[in-house]
Amino acid sequence: MELFDLLTYYNVLFLAQDALTTLALSAFGCVLGGILGTALAVVRLTRGKLTLPLRGLALVFTEFFRRVPFLVTLFLCFFAFQFGGLEVSTLTVGCVTVVLIGTAFLAEIVRAGLQSVHPNQWHAAEAMNFSLLQTIRYVILPQAWTVILPPAFGFFILFIKDSALASQIGVVELTYVGKVLNNRGFSAGVTFGTILVIYFAISFPLARLGAKLEKKLGSSRTR
Amino acid sequence: MAHLELDDVSAAYGTFQVLKGIDLSVARGETVGLVGPSGSGKSTILRVLTGLLPPSSGEVRVAGDVVDYSRASEIRRLRDRCAIVFQQYNLFQNLTVLENVTIAPTKIRGRKRAEVQPEAEALLARVGLSDKLGAYPDELSGGQQQRVAIARALCLKPEILLLDEVTAALDPELVSEVLDTIRGLAAEGMTMLIVSHEMGFIREISARVAFMAEGRVVELGSPADIFDNPQKERTRDFVGKILRH
Repeated sequence: MELFDLLTYYNVLFLAQDALTTLALSAFGCVLGGILGTALAVVRLTRGKLTLPLRGLALVFTEFFRRVPFLVTLFLCFFAFQFGGLEVSTLTVGCVTVVLIGTAFLAEIVRAGLQSVHPNQWHAAEAMNFSLLQTIRYVILPQAWTVILPPAFGFFILFIKDSALASQIGVVELTYVGKVLNNRGFSAGVTFGTILVIYFAISFPLARLGAKLEKKLGSSRTR
Repeated sequence: MAHLELDDVSAAYGTFQVLKGIDLSVARGETVGLVGPSGSGKSTILRVLTGLLPPSSGEVRVAGDVVDYSRASEIRRLRDRCAIVFQQYNLFQNLTVLENVTIAPTKIRGRKRAEVQPEAEALLARVGLSDKLGAYPDELSGGQQQRVAIARALCLKPEILLLDEVTAALDPELVSEVLDTIRGLAAEGMTMLIVSHEMGFIREISARVAFMAEGRVVELGSPADIFDNPQKERTRDFVGKILRH
């Protein structure tokens, strides 16, 4: 069978390595994007003149990178590094791209979640001298999980698939390796069938984790 | 010296002027009631006193100290001294009854949990909720939630307690349990500023009553003055309307 021919020791190693690249690329975008996105969401919730320029920047950043297609952002980064005369690997370019996009999308998801919590919770905390960060940490975020998690995990899963586009600038990840194996003479059905199974194997547990977290964090306490 | 003084205080939401020169003072241990039609600025006064809305002009003094609203540290100090209880209770939905009461003293003020918890339990016992320490707000009735809110405010050990229509969102049969709690506080000498539509209660508990309309204190006097013998036309009109039903 062709499948067994495909699954030689070196090919499996090749696949595993590149599955790891895909996983790392997505995880990088999701985790760092999640942290930076949360920071942007918090910046956008501040008031007063002092943070006005920051708020403006955060707004422009999220709106820009949410509207530009993944592939365009990827090339944008690729050429930006070239113009800057920076010698970096395509993987680095890929990482920067996923963080930019992850940050923009997750900032909006987190902001929507934080703002979904009733204003009276903010007022009560403020009247008791909670700072903005204390309010978010102790009061708002625990109530916002139910609103944040479903779209966030939906985004993570889309993101894993979008990271395939990184192969366009030569990042050797899962889709790229599919093309390579296909070029070596394996049929498209078998190679991409295998790739499909691996993508599923990565995203399915993630979806399960999302569902589990939603259940755990988003109990009836948070309305 | 008055415990709490507002001297020609004005405040606005955007360009809409809500308070137009409020003069009001509350003596130490005194309970002052604020009454008046909706939109007259009663609740806005309490928002100013908790620093949620800085005044556009005028002066607020607590025990003689002028509050400088341009300084974050002074607003923090003001909030340490004046605690507010909201109409909609505003309990933190993600925390239990006990956590609602202890979170600000422990996490914000940095007091020891071992020290705060017995105080919180005592306060909750006092408002009759000893058996609800581990319950979440959505498991309680409105009256119970409002009593938790009062305990939460008291656990901050405020000098002055501000009550914003605390019975307005409650079913009629739950009103009395909250009013009993407030009566007890008044008897202990807590300085209180109370906004309420419960005229009978305001009359009973307040040493003085301020009638407000269109962002001004129209008339200030003893409950008997305001309710039985109002001097101003606007007050007579309001009192006439509320007593007619």
